[in-house]
Amino acid sequence: MPPGPRHGGPLEVRRLRIRELPGPVMMGRDAHGLGRKELHELYRALCLTRAAEERLEVLQERGHLTGELYRSLGQEAGAVGAAFALRRTNDGTGDFLAPTVRAAGALFLFGGEVLDFFRQYMARGTGPTKGREANVHWFDFQKGFVGPVSPLGTMIEVMAGITLSFRLRGQDRVGMVFDGDGASSTGAWHEGLNFAAVQRCPMILVVENNQWTFSTSTHKNTRVESFTEKGPGYGIGAESVDGTDVLAVFDAVRRAAALARAGDGVCMVELRYFRRGGDTQHDLQEYANPAEIAEWEAKDPIDGFRGRMLKNEWATEEELATIESDEFERCHVASEQAIGESLPAGPDAVESVYSNLDATRPWTRAVSPDPTMA
Amino acid sequence: MTERETPEHLLKTRRGEPVTLLEAISEALFEEMTRDESVFMMGEDIGVYGGAFKVTRDFLEHFGGQRIIDTPIAEGGFTGAAAGAAHMGLRPVVEIQFMDFISPAYDVITNYIATSMYRGAGPMPLVIRGPVGGGNRGGPFHSQNVEMAFFHTPGLKIVYPSTAYDAKGLLKAAIRDNDPVIFEEHKGLYRAPALREVLPDEDYVVPLGKARTVREGTDLTIVTYGAMVHKCSDAAETLATEDGVSTEVIDLRSLIPLDEEAIIASVKKTGRVLIVHEDTRTGGIAGEIAIRISEKAFEWLDAPMLRVTAIDAPVPYSGSLEDYFLPQTDDVLKACRYLAAY
Repeated sequence: MPPGPRHGGPLEVRRLRIRELPGPVMMGRDAHGLGRKELHELYRALCLTRAAEERLEVLQERGHLTGELYRSLGQEAGAVGAAFALRRTNDGTGDFLAPTVRAAGALFLFGGEVLDFFRQYMARGTGPTKGREANVHWFDFQKGFVGPVSPLGTMIEVMAGITLSFRLRGQDRVGMVFDGDGASSTGAWHEGLNFAAVQRCPMILVVENNQWTFSTSTHKNTRVESFTEKGPGYGIGAESVDGTDVLAVFDAVRRAAALARAGDGVCMVELRYFRRGGDTQHDLQEYANPAEIAEWEAKDPIDGFRGRMLKNEWATEEELATIESDEFERCHVASEQAIGESLPAGPDAVESVYSNLDATRPWTRAVSPDPTMA
Repeated sequence: MTERETPEHLLKTRRGEPVTLLEAISEALFEEMTRDESVFMMGEDIGVYGGAFKVTRDFLEHFGGQRIIDTPIAEGGFTGAAAGAAHMGLRPVVEIQFMDFISPAYDVITNYIATSMYRGAGPMPLVIRGPVGGGNRGGPFHSQNVEMAFFHTPGLKIVYPSTAYDAKGLLKAAIRDNDPVIFEEHKGLYRAPALREVLPDEDYVVPLGKARTVREGTDLTIVTYGAMVHKCSDAAETLATEDGVSTEVIDLRSLIPLDEEAIIASVKKTGRVLIVHEDTRTGGIAGEIAIRISEKAFEWLDAPMLRVTAIDAPVPYSGSLEDYFLPQTDDVLKACRYLAAY
């Protein structure tokens, strides 16, 4: 029969301590087992996320964006910390990611190029989906990520299948799927999570509890105070963590990944934070309490980590300033390149609907319009 | 995997014995799973029980629980999981216990699976198969035909066999195809004695998108598929013997790809066309076929294009209601006589 080593019984993620897990030697001062290089890399990913999204705002003002702009302001540490805890490779053997649009930082850490990110937002023909899809909705199976679709609960079902394949083939890989608090109300969320739990899929579900589903507060989506309360209902481990603390997120996801790798199947990690902005840039978030927004501004994940890096002497002011200007410059250069690239040709719209069939070209667009040639 | 003996009931073709349409489907699945280790199955009660209709009887013992997976009742969940597995290079075959229950998977099929290739994810080799169709007094939730719920979604292929030979060859082609295929199996044909036939004892496929001329004719064309193929053939026989009308019957086999070439060629030959489907009337495939004929062969038509279909209602339970609901041979006969006299 298919299941992994254990049958039944709730999984107790919280009981596992980080010291029991394999990892690099602790460097002291609560560096969570990370060396200086890794800590700098974390900070770099945070800065890249923010710089890329701030760049998008400039591009939008200049009229370069095709569709909506989604920011992850205040949520950057969740995506970055989580992705940093997984095994990222470029050869199709590493762990797997399904991000949401507010997890661009995770996508970058998995090797998604910021140039492609801009091409996607600007619907360029040179982008990975050749202008068929937007923002973080793209695929790279070698690097290990799958593009989400907008009904996001679906991605749990898909990641259940990706991680099922890991288990069926006996591969030492895990998959991590991001979903917001809103998606938890969908049937797909339940069906996918239950299926993955029953099948002991090595899957981590990251619940981005940013307290908003567009304009609807999480309290109107669920009666539970924390999504971890749903864990026992699926027989899976669950842990809630401060989503503004990149190292705490890193730890939690590393614990979850270790359990998933060990055959315990699905784990849930809830990120607690606050979406400090509208659902899209067109949403002015007038429904949110300004005082609450200000409170969360004071807990900015990047400022917080920066201060901690300096206080613990994990980096110098100069090193951090260099990282910041590097990432700003990188986004500037990449976005300018994407601006200069062209949109896909309209007639390309008929291509690759199937692996071996194209859509019919409209006869009215032919040089000599003739319906019998449709 | 250790070599295991093929279960007795799956050796009929090897022994030269005739098989039913259901047995042909079982053989196709068994042979594909044997041929290609990346093929595996998921569905409700397909393992221990062998499937509600016993299509996968003894598969669990033969292939093991890693490749024959009994799932929770969650068509969306396991169909979505099939999509993820297909991304990773596996070739999942999903059984929907009754195709009426495919609706929870509508989201993942239309939004995720069908768009996957177009969004740049590469091939999406998966088959979603299951029993459809009325006539078995199954009522509203065990009798539906679901093709048109998906026909309007680009990116999906839809197959609907009418014979044992086609069922086996089309299912093999579907499993080997790199696009998602919805494969409909009519319950009324599963064990129909008249459909038993001896299949070639060799590996064969029936390509998707090629219609079959069931019967050649010169006076009028019937375009149909699935269980209606047999009612239309009966009607054509009666027309030949009682009316001296020569009727061509085209079995579409797959609705996507649609063999437009075969339809147009036949209409140009006969000038009269009747479209017959067991599915309900409004939004049925007859409308699509008629507009294509209008685009490509209007000048060849000698009569209006007509259709015979189920009525626009949920599938009723009582036999008297269901018989009235479904298109019958007599309906086909009347429509053909009207056309022939036009």
